[in-house]
Amino acid sequence: MTTIKNDELLVAALQNGTVIDHIPTESLFKVVDLLGISRMKNSVTIGFNLDSKKCGKKGIIKVADVFLHEDTLNRIALVAPNAKINIIRDYKVVDKHTVTLPDDIYGIVKCNNPKCITNNEPMRTHFHVIDRDNVVLECHYCERTVAKDDIVLE
Amino acid sequence: MNSESLVSISDFSKDEILSLLESASRFEASPNRKLLEGKVVATLFFEPSTRTRLSFETAVNRLGGRVIGFSDANTTSSSKGETLHDTIMMVSNYADLIIMRHYLEGAARYASEFSPVPIINAGDGANQHPSQTMLDLYSIYKTQGTLENLTITMVGDLKYGRTVHSLLMAMYYFHPRFNFVACDELKMPIEYKEFCNKHGIEYHEYTDFSEDVINETDILYMTRVQRERFTDIMEYERVKNLYTLRNSMLLGSKDNLRVLHPLPRVNEIAYDVDSNPKAYYFQQARNGLYARQAIICKVLGIDVK
Repeated sequence: MTTIKNDELLVAALQNGTVIDHIPTESLFKVVDLLGISRMKNSVTIGFNLDSKKCGKKGIIKVADVFLHEDTLNRIALVAPNAKINIIRDYKVVDKHTVTLPDDIYGIVKCNNPKCITNNEPMRTHFHVIDRDNVVLECHYCERTVAKDDIVLE
Repeated sequence: MNSESLVSISDFSKDEILSLLESASRFEASPNRKLLEGKVVATLFFEPSTRTRLSFETAVNRLGGRVIGFSDANTTSSSKGETLHDTIMMVSNYADLIIMRHYLEGAARYASEFSPVPIINAGDGANQHPSQTMLDLYSIYKTQGTLENLTITMVGDLKYGRTVHSLLMAMYYFHPRFNFVACDELKMPIEYKEFCNKHGIEYHEYTDFSEDVINETDILYMTRVQRERFTDIMEYERVKNLYTLRNSMLLGSKDNLRVLHPLPRVNEIAYDVDSNPKAYYFQQARNGLYARQAIICKVLGIDVK
């Protein structure tokens, strides 16, 4: 009988692709949504509630054969500001960096103000990031601010 | 995107504000000028506001332009479900300028992004109302001879009062000192106090509307305390008369003090103040005409000599 060691199961090697690591458990499925993983045709491994030395429990996503665009990856910063991106080529990590929140966020986030024009017209939302450390956004249209915990994704 | 639109007072630099004040004083000296001859201006009021609409339409008429538009969205196709986008695109075929008021916040900003003609925001929900701010600035400038280094006391509803927020933001170029007088429920919101802290603007907060505060004030900016703003009606009954200005309270005030109010007034300024030469709220409304003439010419790129 062959036994598979636990850590081998969790970190099954990727030949080529993108690994998003250190996602807080509670944000994992938001990240899955943000990246549009449910519409992908590639193999994707999603790890949930894995033990982490750094943050207790974490989530991890591995997408085979896809090198996600930087703008797409930076969306993750909205819900997982400390997530790490690993780019894998031929089983080797060729690039490793944290996500950075862009200055402006188009689409993705819904304005919490029911009287905002963006909730009443067929149009794209637009937010300015006014505090990168605490993730505070300001609606470009109604000028209301949204704190990190109040961010609602479209 | 039309860069000449006016959506928020913060779209203007200090120099632009000063040059608008200059134009406004030229219009005050001579309000009837044929600067808009052959031009059509649309006033689209998706939310009724008689005062603002009449002021803008008078401004266009005194400039020799023609006005089209509506004063109530129920009579337009937006009541049939037409988007704001489509309404603006349709009207921009007919008009050289669109002046719009809308009950949704951000409506004017959005319209300015795709409209082929300039947009002037005449109020978007609780958000911005820059022509009101311009007329406040003009009133302060005219009565004090300067905008620099003034003590401005704001009284009443500082939480929801859009005019006090915009005025506060616009005054930041001019080294003001503020007194905020309000009950706990209607205090100046934290983001505006942070704005003051960030820009080194001195401010003091009071819950008592006392003569000590009035006596050090150059501009006394009164606002209406509205019953519907209170979650606790008992609290409203308790405070509703605490922020009323009476003529006797002005006895020890500075000679240059002027009382401003965006109107309509209910009971926050007693009628016995009206005959005091320091009462300025009716002239303030009149200044709205000159400020709006200046704004219209500015967005259309017309020089005022």
